[in-house]
Amino acid sequence: MSETVADVSALIIQTLLANPKVPRDISGSSKIVEDLAFDSLAVMNFVMEIEDSLDVSVPLDRLADIRTIDDLANCIVSLKQGD
Amino acid sequence: MSIFTKYEPLARSLAAVTNGGGRNPFSVVIDHPVSSTVGVIEGRETLLFGTNNYLGLSQSEAAIDAAIGTLRTHGVGTTGSRIANGTQGLHRQLEERIAAFFRRRHCMVFSTGYQANLGMISALAGKDDYLLLDADSHASIYDGSRLSQAQVIRFRHNDPEDLHKRLRRLDGTPGAKLIVVEGIYSMMGDVVPMAEFAAVKRETGAWLLADEAHSVGVMGEHGRGVAEACGVEDDVDFVVGTFSKSLGTVGGYCVSDQDGLDLIRLCSRPYMFTASLPPDVIAATMAALSELEQRPELRHRLMDNARRLHAGLNAIGLRTGPQASPVVSVVLDEVAQAVQFWNRLLDLGVYVNLSLPPATPDQHPLLRTSVMATHDAAQIDQAIEIFATVAREMGASH
Repeated sequence: MSETVADVSALIIQTLLANPKVPRDISGSSKIVEDLAFDSLAVMNFVMEIEDSLDVSVPLDRLADIRTIDDLANCIVSLKQGD
Repeated sequence: MSIFTKYEPLARSLAAVTNGGGRNPFSVVIDHPVSSTVGVIEGRETLLFGTNNYLGLSQSEAAIDAAIGTLRTHGVGTTGSRIANGTQGLHRQLEERIAAFFRRRHCMVFSTGYQANLGMISALAGKDDYLLLDADSHASIYDGSRLSQAQVIRFRHNDPEDLHKRLRRLDGTPGAKLIVVEGIYSMMGDVVPMAEFAAVKRETGAWLLADEAHSVGVMGEHGRGVAEACGVEDDVDFVVGTFSKSLGTVGGYCVSDQDGLDLIRLCSRPYMFTASLPPDVIAATMAALSELEQRPELRHRLMDNARRLHAGLNAIGLRTGPQASPVVSVVLDEVAQAVQFWNRLLDLGVYVNLSLPPATPDQHPLLRTSVMATHDAAQIDQAIEIFATVAREMGASH
């Protein structure tokens, strides 16, 4: 099975919306730290949830370059293609 | 724009903690210690329930005497790196003592425990390797991973099955896989299921490093930590630890049976580019280690005290971690409530650590309390009574 960036982005948004503290109007271009008010630990914990949903591990150094939900989706798709 | 502009959110968080006249919890001054369990704070004798001085050895007479004698013969410092002029006979002697205590072939001593994790993790894991870290790892482990340039993967806290899943995803990828766990986790005092992690390590062919900073001198029949208590020391490739907890001084170390450890001396930047431990600290550490070895009753008393504090805090309706260990943390819901609680405890003569998110698991503020072998029952009961008083004042009991 191969997910597209749009599929992964949608799954990330769905996962985020399960958290009542996350703003309702997020999109692929939402910035994870600024728009969602996540601190560094919250980002790492949320990425762990996504990793389990998609059976992929995102090394922490990759997170440094990720600003938006679409950036994360792109990163995950490229990691899965590298499998 | 000031170079400090980026810290404005931090300044606002600090202001939120201190507004209303509260103390800055990160600037508490212990004017001087009266004993291992009592210190003078704000001019008052205060019960110390927030040190990591688990066996009370910071005030060991034998360690003090050893330090004084060595100051007279060796002076006050080495003024150099371990790989240049900073290795004296005493440094080698300490490494041999620590290796013998752990029944390992090799030991490297670092200038602090933080540097031991930083120096070992960064040097062991190269850029083509993988580091698998427990999600609740200490900052020194995370910082070591950043210095290492390895690929860093977190697994769920104390969850060997989750680690196994993440290692399976790496099947077939080249590069060494180094698992890093802690013996006792410093925030909640919970103990690692070391035997289960050792089984995952054996099955997957990964390497295992255990940071036993809070568990050496505390757990195991001989005080060698959780790996000894669980009977899996042979599976732990590298044990990292510190002198600044149960041994009461300062410094860090790594022990291993791997002959390659000697090469790490030549590529670990936190080992190479800092001054080595001063001679008096080494002498005091060796004396404290002898005391740790010769007085197992200290460990027994420590665990009795841990159980007394844990049971007492639970009995007055406060929420703590599930296990009685020398770290007993009271979990609260709101930062403001935790700050007020912590200030009142200090007003009434008990010092504990205030730990705030994101340094704590699950975003909860903690009143991190730690117990010592040298606390007597009356001191523990008095601390519990003061906790009960403050909890009643604040309606914080469950």
